[in-house]
Amino acid sequence: MEVLILAILVGLAVAAVRARDLMASVAILGGYSLMMALLWCQMNALDVGFTEAAVGAGISTVLMLAALGRIGRREVGPTRAPLLRLPLLTMQQRLRRARHLSRQHHRSSAWGAILVCVLVGGALLYGTRDIPQVGASDSPANRAGSLAEYYVTKAPEEVGPANMVTSVLGDYRGYDTMGETVVIFTAALCVLMLLRQARVRRGDERDA
Amino acid sequence: MRELLQHLWSHYHYVIYVALMLIGLYAVLAKGNLVKKVIGLNILQTAVFLFYLAIGRHTDGTVPVTWVNRPDSIPYENPLPHVLMLTAIVVGVSITAVALALIVRIKGAYGTVDEGEILALDEAEGQGEG
Repeated sequence: MEVLILAILVGLAVAAVRARDLMASVAILGGYSLMMALLWCQMNALDVGFTEAAVGAGISTVLMLAALGRIGRREVGPTRAPLLRLPLLTMQQRLRRARHLSRQHHRSSAWGAILVCVLVGGALLYGTRDIPQVGASDSPANRAGSLAEYYVTKAPEEVGPANMVTSVLGDYRGYDTMGETVVIFTAALCVLMLLRQARVRRGDERDA
Repeated sequence: MRELLQHLWSHYHYVIYVALMLIGLYAVLAKGNLVKKVIGLNILQTAVFLFYLAIGRHTDGTVPVTWVNRPDSIPYENPLPHVLMLTAIVVGVSITAVALALIVRIKGAYGTVDEGEILALDEAEGQGEG
């Protein structure tokens, strides 16, 4: 079962990266997130699965669609207005030049990227040499005496909730969770400031 | 060689995680479109989450929710990676949100969201002034 879902995930990931239409790409990514949520439930990580389904498949997709609504859905879109402002060159020349340089850039960066990917992949696979097999109960993370054992045996009586993930999230690692909310708050502020500026400027142009 | 293949076969979970991560990494590095880069980043992230969750697994494990009269042969899964990845998912969405807001602004300023075209425009701008 797990292998089947993993295979589907790989297929969806490739499709999302390859799709020419950004809207299709985002839709596929939503499906990918949902499959991922399913896989995590299958791996007994219910809380993670639910969060991924709500936040990863839900909010992320909505955010991406909202952004696409503002920037257009084609991957290589027709380039427009601000390109005109250059002195010396006509619009046609600028556009052609930008396209040309862009294409060159892509061609050279694709091979570089493949090289980097091969190197990183090789290093990661080399790193799996020392890793215990998935599900090994005597792995450093799971064996008797580990932090996990403490949480599993003590959390219900020390904190209360039946769900140990809740206990760890809200109590043992409470500061971590507080830091997380600070991150969300900061991100929300950033987005508001960035998009407000855009709106203010567009308003100015309309007035002028 | 035979040993290597045997090892990869026995650790096939990790091989697939690495493959997912590389797909994401490739998109981040090679794709010119900035939205595609964000999509790649999301894929890369989920691969890392998978890796963490795999570390905490027990073969016959069960959900880490108190189970009265649980037989000893069924251990709880390790709850710690679950908590860490919960936090990471939410932080990942924050990253996506900020990145997309920046992309919307870039589209406003340059009229394009293609990395190569943006660089070319910057370069042309510099030449025009010099």
